[in-house]
Amino acid sequence: MEIPVMVGAGLVVIGVGIGIGNIGRGAMEAIGRQPDAYGKIQTAMLIAAALVEGIGFAALFAVS
Amino acid sequence: MALIPLKLKHLLPTLILALLTVQPTFAAKETSDKGDLKTEIREYIMHHLLDSHDFNILSYTDDAGAVHHVGMPLPVILWDEGIKIFSSSKFHHGETVAQVGANYYALDHGKIYKTDAGGTINYDENHHATNLAPLDFSMTKGVVTILFTALLMFFLFKGLAKSYKTNGQVAKGVGRFFEPIVLYVRDEIAIPNIGEKHYKKYMSFLLTLFFFIWFLNLLGLTPLGINVTGNIAVTFALAILTFIITNVTGKKDYWKHIFWMPGVPTVMKLALAPIELLGVFIKPFSLMIRLYANISAGHIVLMSLIALMFIFNNWLGSSLSFVLAFAISIIEILVALLQAYIFTVLSALYFGFAVEEHDHEDH
Amino acid sequence: MEKLLGEFSFGLFFWQSLIFIGLILLLKKFAWKPILDAVNEREDSIKEALQSAKEARKEMEALQSDNQRILKEARAERESLLKEARKTSSEMINSAKEEAKAESQKILNQAQEAIQNEKRAAISDLKAQVASISMEIAEKVVRQELEDKDKQLKLVEQLLKDVSLK
Repeated sequence: MEIPVMVGAGLVVIGVGIGIGNIGRGAMEAIGRQPDAYGKIQTAMLIAAALVEGIGFAALFAVS
Repeated sequence: MALIPLKLKHLLPTLILALLTVQPTFAAKETSDKGDLKTEIREYIMHHLLDSHDFNILSYTDDAGAVHHVGMPLPVILWDEGIKIFSSSKFHHGETVAQVGANYYALDHGKIYKTDAGGTINYDENHHATNLAPLDFSMTKGVVTILFTALLMFFLFKGLAKSYKTNGQVAKGVGRFFEPIVLYVRDEIAIPNIGEKHYKKYMSFLLTLFFFIWFLNLLGLTPLGINVTGNIAVTFALAILTFIITNVTGKKDYWKHIFWMPGVPTVMKLALAPIELLGVFIKPFSLMIRLYANISAGHIVLMSLIALMFIFNNWLGSSLSFVLAFAISIIEILVALLQAYIFTVLSALYFGFAVEEHDHEDH
Repeated sequence: MEKLLGEFSFGLFFWQSLIFIGLILLLKKFAWKPILDAVNEREDSIKEALQSAKEARKEMEALQSDNQRILKEARAERESLLKEARKTSSEMINSAKEEAKAESQKILNQAQEAIQNEKRAAISDLKAQVASISMEIAEKVVRQELEDKDKQLKLVEQLLKDVSLK
């Protein structure tokens, strides 16, 4: 039985969602521990989230 | 079409009433119509996402069944054995074939193809037009918007620069709002990512990039139906500039880290080189895709939610869609800023890699 | 991917690149450079002002401490001057007293001496007078007495008696 590629893309998006969620949680915990480093953590979080997001887009555009 | 007044204290009774008045028979009767509506909406959204050759603000069908368009035609510039310039009104919104001299041109999915007097367009098995497509340098809706944004930015920031001279080194008027953002780009984006030593030569690009993307993202949220930063050609142009600037200003250390990573065994060096080289291209590629996909996705979601109000065609569904569309609109305003920020931060980060200098060998 | 390539419009790419690069160059010349220069200048001037304010404060503090020091010194000097003056004055008084005492003593001594002298002179004068008067008296008496022989003898006898009594 052949699985439609859309399902694959959906799985990737689920993975990306979990990944970005983890990044957000990590960043929030880090901010909780070190509120002074807020700016640095935010930048690092956004960059990491952007990189993970890229994988999701790659999957979406691979099937579209 | 039901667009209820959104007062919170009226919302609950309205919802209950709406639940009671949903009539299954009524819905069943309109099923065939709804299928058409959905296709029409899909077509409309897809059409909106693409660039167009006229600045169309709204189209409607009057009681007599005639379609009216409100907007303005834009100049079409083609390179087809010499420059051909004519108004896009000749296409009549893609309904007719434009005759220019001895050549005929037709619009198909936002692209201009060379055709015959009858407007024949041949398709291959993937439903792609096989007609010859002349090089299209038209002043499309996107180009006009870009030009408008460029002029807006030019006069805005020129005025800000001038106000420093006339107002004793203090910004005045709208510059008061933009000056902290300029300083933010300098102090929080450029300096931490590029470094105090080299950041100055990238400032013009980063500032222009940030405000350009932000303004275009925001313009995309206006009801004018503009989608510029959600267009792959635009994001490609932006990303390739980052790519060029990164690699042109790249110092010895940058190239060394790509082709001969210091501090790892030789076998690893050979293995890392192609990966790093691939990374050089993936970085701007992800920049391009990210901006395009975020803005396109935002537009699709927003327009779909607005369309849902028409598809539901009852009090409950339509009002829920409205609330959701409203919430997404607010999120999109945030996304407009966030995407401009991300693009600028990542560009600055890549520039930082390019000019980074390592004092020690074992890095 | 195919969709992306299908959507790609070379014309839009061309115009976008052209306008964007033009915008960067124009804004660099007319906006970013003047803005950043002005902001830098302002930041520098603020920094400078802060620095000079700090310096002024430092100077002021130095001045103040200088003043304090001078004041202290002046007070100390005044104190010492006063002390000295007091000392000098008391010394002067003392010496004056001493001198006065000595002088008075001297005067007293002289006076006493003078009195003594006077007294002595007076006594000797008196003695001389008494002697002369006695002599006169004696002469007279003698003359009177010696007119009569008996009497002369009596007297001599008497005198001799007195002398031997002394």
